[in-house]
Amino acid sequence: MTLVETNADGVVVVKAGGRIDMSSADAFKDALLSATTKAAKAVIVDMSGVDYISSAGLRSMMIAFRAAKAAGRAFAVAALSPLVLEIFTISRFNLVFPIHGGVAEAIEEAARA
Amino acid sequence: MRITFWGTRGSLPAPLGGRAVRDKLVNALVKGADRDLNTREKAEAFCDEALSFAERGTFGGNTSCVQVDTGGGDYLLCDLGSGVREFSLAALQRHGPARPQTYHVLVSHVHWDHIMGFPFFVPAFIPGNRIVIYSCHPHFESAIREQNHAPCFPVEFAALSADIEFVTLAPGVPYQIGGATVTGMAQLHGGESFGYRIEAGGRTLIYTTDAEYKPEDVGRMKRTADFFRNADLVIFDSMYSLAESISVKEDWGHSSNVMGVELCQMAGARRLCLFHHEPVNDDGRIEGILAETLRYEAITRSAAPLEVRAAYDGLVMDL
Repeated sequence: MTLVETNADGVVVVKAGGRIDMSSADAFKDALLSATTKAAKAVIVDMSGVDYISSAGLRSMMIAFRAAKAAGRAFAVAALSPLVLEIFTISRFNLVFPIHGGVAEAIEEAARA
Repeated sequence: MRITFWGTRGSLPAPLGGRAVRDKLVNALVKGADRDLNTREKAEAFCDEALSFAERGTFGGNTSCVQVDTGGGDYLLCDLGSGVREFSLAALQRHGPARPQTYHVLVSHVHWDHIMGFPFFVPAFIPGNRIVIYSCHPHFESAIREQNHAPCFPVEFAALSADIEFVTLAPGVPYQIGGATVTGMAQLHGGESFGYRIEAGGRTLIYTTDAEYKPEDVGRMKRTADFFRNADLVIFDSMYSLAESISVKEDWGHSSNVMGVELCQMAGARRLCLFHHEPVNDDGRIEGILAETLRYEAITRSAAPLEVRAAYDGLVMDL
């Protein structure tokens, strides 16, 4: 798993890559929680480089989502590959997080909020 | 080893209502409108070939009861949900009341849906029958005895004519029960619950219901995979979606189809059977969950395929 963070205008984008599974879920969670503390407006998870996410990875996102909500920050997911979008749909996480087709669209939505 | 599912629903019985039957009939009539269905044979072929399982049948509404046939003479059951009544009627039809039998029953825990069938377990009323009830749960004997007690039930436990014994099991210890080697495992569920690994004739069944598996608890996930290791069939509590089980229904003590696939893949299990269906899910919904689970297994597969089924009342599986 790879993680790259950028911060612009209060929106922190965490670009993840590779496989997010049991072995990397804690690092993923820590990165998202850290982003939540830095974001003035929103945290956006750019999933364009993610090949696979397991239940442990989805739980990491849930924890960060709760933290963002408690801090009054928006939390969204963007640029899922068709396969990862399928995993979100089967696990019903598509009903939990706002999902955007691209990162630009997610940033625009965060700016409007 | 032959597995027969007599009750597969979670929490409480969920009988198919008249409205649902009517919807199935209407759907079948519309689908068959342009076909020649003027004989029973043609209509049966149409049902079997043109209609999905959810369109022509039902997953059923009885609560947990699974029969494990190891090829020996005694019966072996998992749980005493409302499905045990159907089992007992079939057993009586097979043997008649005059031929005493021995029934071994493994009880996962004592929440009502897992013991509610016992007051209607006909063999308990017949002298000569032997019923041995086993569990790792510390209160299973009192819970089952107290069910047969006024004001909740008119027949007192002491009035039951069969020879009924209770045997407490220790988790992690293998026991010889009903022709099988049975090992219990503590599970995460309010009020305690236990899964069972049942081995006989070179085949292994895992019965794990009312169990929550937390993906972040790596140690427990690995121990669970070891308990499931190389099982021929894992009967798995898949009551909720993964999102429900780790958000609004976290710590409610149930699991998901996604977690079932992940654990079975970790364990190298051969078959997964979705079980303890959420009572609000209708047949179409359960069929949809099965289709999604098959897809999830396919896109996450890294070794031999895992066969996935959804349990229904009346399903028979030979391992």
